[in-house]
Amino acid sequence: MHLAYPAVLAVLLFCTGLYGVLARRNAILVLMSVELMLNAVNLNLVAFDVWLRDTLHGGQALTLFTIAIAAAEIGIGLAIVLAVYRNRGSSDIDRLRDTAEGPDPADPEGPEDPAAPAQKAEAAA
Amino acid sequence: MTTTTLAVLVPLLPFLGAAAGLLLGRRAPGFVRPLAVLPTFAAFVLAVVVAVDQGGGKAIDAATRLTPTGSVPIELALHLDGFAVLVAVLVGLVATCVQLYSTGYLRDDPRYTSYAALVSLFTSAMLLVVYSGDLMVLLVGWEIMGICSYFLVGHYWETPEARAASLKAFLVTKLGDVPFLIGLFALATDAGAFRITGVVQAALTGGIGHPTLIALLLLAGVAGKSAQFPLHTWLPDAMAGPTPVSALIHAATMVAAGIYFVARLLPVFAASAAAMTVLAVMAAITMVGSGLAALAQDDIKRVLAYSTIGQLGYLSGALAVGDRGAAVFHLLSHGAFKALLFLAAGVVIHAAGTNSLTAMSRMDGLAKRIPDAYWTMTVALLALAAIPPFAGFFSKEAVLSAAEHTALGESQIAPSGAGWTVLIAGLLTALLTAAYATRLWLLAFRGRGAEAPDHGRQPFVMNAVLWVLAIPSIGFGLTAGYLGDWFDGRALTPSVTTAVLSTGVALVGGLVTYAAWRHTSALAARTPMGAVAAHPEGDGSLVEEEAIASHTEVYGSIASAPDPADPGRLLLGPLHRHAATGFHLDAVYSALFVRPVLAAAGLVRFLDREVVETYVRAAGAGPRWLGRAVRRAQNGNVQSYLSALLAGSLVLAAAVVVLANVTAGS
Repeated sequence: MHLAYPAVLAVLLFCTGLYGVLARRNAILVLMSVELMLNAVNLNLVAFDVWLRDTLHGGQALTLFTIAIAAAEIGIGLAIVLAVYRNRGSSDIDRLRDTAEGPDPADPEGPEDPAAPAQKAEAAA
Repeated sequence: MTTTTLAVLVPLLPFLGAAAGLLLGRRAPGFVRPLAVLPTFAAFVLAVVVAVDQGGGKAIDAATRLTPTGSVPIELALHLDGFAVLVAVLVGLVATCVQLYSTGYLRDDPRYTSYAALVSLFTSAMLLVVYSGDLMVLLVGWEIMGICSYFLVGHYWETPEARAASLKAFLVTKLGDVPFLIGLFALATDAGAFRITGVVQAALTGGIGHPTLIALLLLAGVAGKSAQFPLHTWLPDAMAGPTPVSALIHAATMVAAGIYFVARLLPVFAASAAAMTVLAVMAAITMVGSGLAALAQDDIKRVLAYSTIGQLGYLSGALAVGDRGAAVFHLLSHGAFKALLFLAAGVVIHAAGTNSLTAMSRMDGLAKRIPDAYWTMTVALLALAAIPPFAGFFSKEAVLSAAEHTALGESQIAPSGAGWTVLIAGLLTALLTAAYATRLWLLAFRGRGAEAPDHGRQPFVMNAVLWVLAIPSIGFGLTAGYLGDWFDGRALTPSVTTAVLSTGVALVGGLVTYAAWRHTSALAARTPMGAVAAHPEGDGSLVEEEAIASHTEVYGSIASAPDPADPGRLLLGPLHRHAATGFHLDAVYSALFVRPVLAAAGLVRFLDREVVETYVRAAGAGPRWLGRAVRRAQNGNVQSYLSALLAGSLVLAAAVVVLANVTAGS
């Protein structure tokens, strides 16, 4: 089999994942997209391992590592999302903006974020 | 010990007393009073010993050079002649009296320690001026007196009057001191010496190149220090200081320093007829103007302040006709009776609870409450009005007969025009002096109305000091026959013409004022006025501070009161309004100096606030806008951060590829 097929598949998978990470609003879907990207990398690792005929099969070994770490990561990630959802009643990434720069106290015409006070109120509740 | 050693100790002892008082004052409060009084008293005793040793004979000169100082040598020199030793005795006597009086007057004052140390330092500086034989050393004492005067006038710095007065005293005297310093340098360059003997020698042999210029420059400093027209305006305001300070500094010693300086360097001034004429005119204006102003004042101490200016005018008048013996003779007797007047006025202010003559003229029995002050003040006022046989009569006669000699051409030191000016102004001032002395006495001690408040007995030490000073006020004139030998050898005894004339006009002045008072005093009962600060337990300084602070509020002016029962108002007529403000000289100064300076300060503030700060604000605004732009990126959305990260890595990757191709191609 030509190397192009798995490589193109990996690129498509990675781009789909990237799109999901950058554009989806639900935190769970973002985590799923991260999985897609990881698997695109795994696919590349396996494909190139075969194509390069590596005697030690470093690519396959590394893939196993990645799968293990991805499992752990998705576990922790889902736990965090669950905690956030319980805490805030939402897992919408667009609304989790606690680290945003507030309006300039010395500058009344600074950017106003109407969502911020609401979030604070939710956090307090 | 030799006379020279004793003379060195005289200024040194009060200086050491001042230093010790300042150092020990906090740790050992019990030592403050002895440290204030004893060194001053010891200096007085030593000054008497030095005077007896010197005996009015040949001048004693001693000098030591600490270090070579370039072209014109500066030496620590003593010059003890009859003038120096007698003035030193006066300074020692008045300073001792004032220190003793202050222990009673400022009994409960929290700042007594620094006050006493400053008075000691001041005494030491004055004694240095008196004994010094070198102009630069003299200048050191001169300037120390200036700064001590600033601090002491501002003793009640809680009151705005005292703060303003101390600043005014300092600035006005400095205005004279700058030309004075330049004059000293010019004089030393011309004469080739700072030693007074050398300078006088050069002046007598015609070695001074520009006598008129130098004399006029020096006169500016003298006018500032001795409160002569037109730099006299600080003295009446300086009455916002404590009464003992007024007695020591603004009557007996510091203001005498200018006169004493001219007396020391009289040959330099006599070398220029123009300078002598200027001095005579200055003295005449000062005398007459201050006499008129004194008639209109309401504050008892301001009356005395204007009287001091007038008497200093007599002294400059005597110098303008070239008779320094008469000048220093009047300086000595004036120092004694004016110190007495001020110290007695302090007792009166304490007992009456006010410094306003208007309020006192509505009090009954003030004289009975304070018999010591009443009698001694009467003596001093008679001496001031030059009624024989009190001290003021003989010394003023010495001045007037010197002026008469010059006017009639019997003495060639000064132009006869100067003589006439001084003589006529002097006789006119004798009239005015008697008038305001009578007014002061009548208003203060012959009041009608409510009973004077009882502030208890005055401290013994204050009354005792008054009687000590009363002795020279009564008897000092009798030494006129002997003192001539101590000075330049000219007779100081009065001549018949001027004696009859001046005593006559003095009696006229007194009687006219008495008649005016009889006429106006009936009005006093109809117009109740005046406020009294009642502190039966407090010391004199507390009462005085409140009296000064409340005068403007009660009467609307620091100087005068709208009192129809004031004989001065009847005597001066339409002049009263102008005389009360010192003939608007303060307004002139305010227009000439104060307002331009304030306008310049406003301009500087505008330049600083509006021009310089605009640049600073602009320099800050640029980074602030930049920062705001960058802050906009921090929106808290993780996905946008990631997008930026991705875009950045793509750009980097593209750049690496392009660069790799470019380097590979080349």
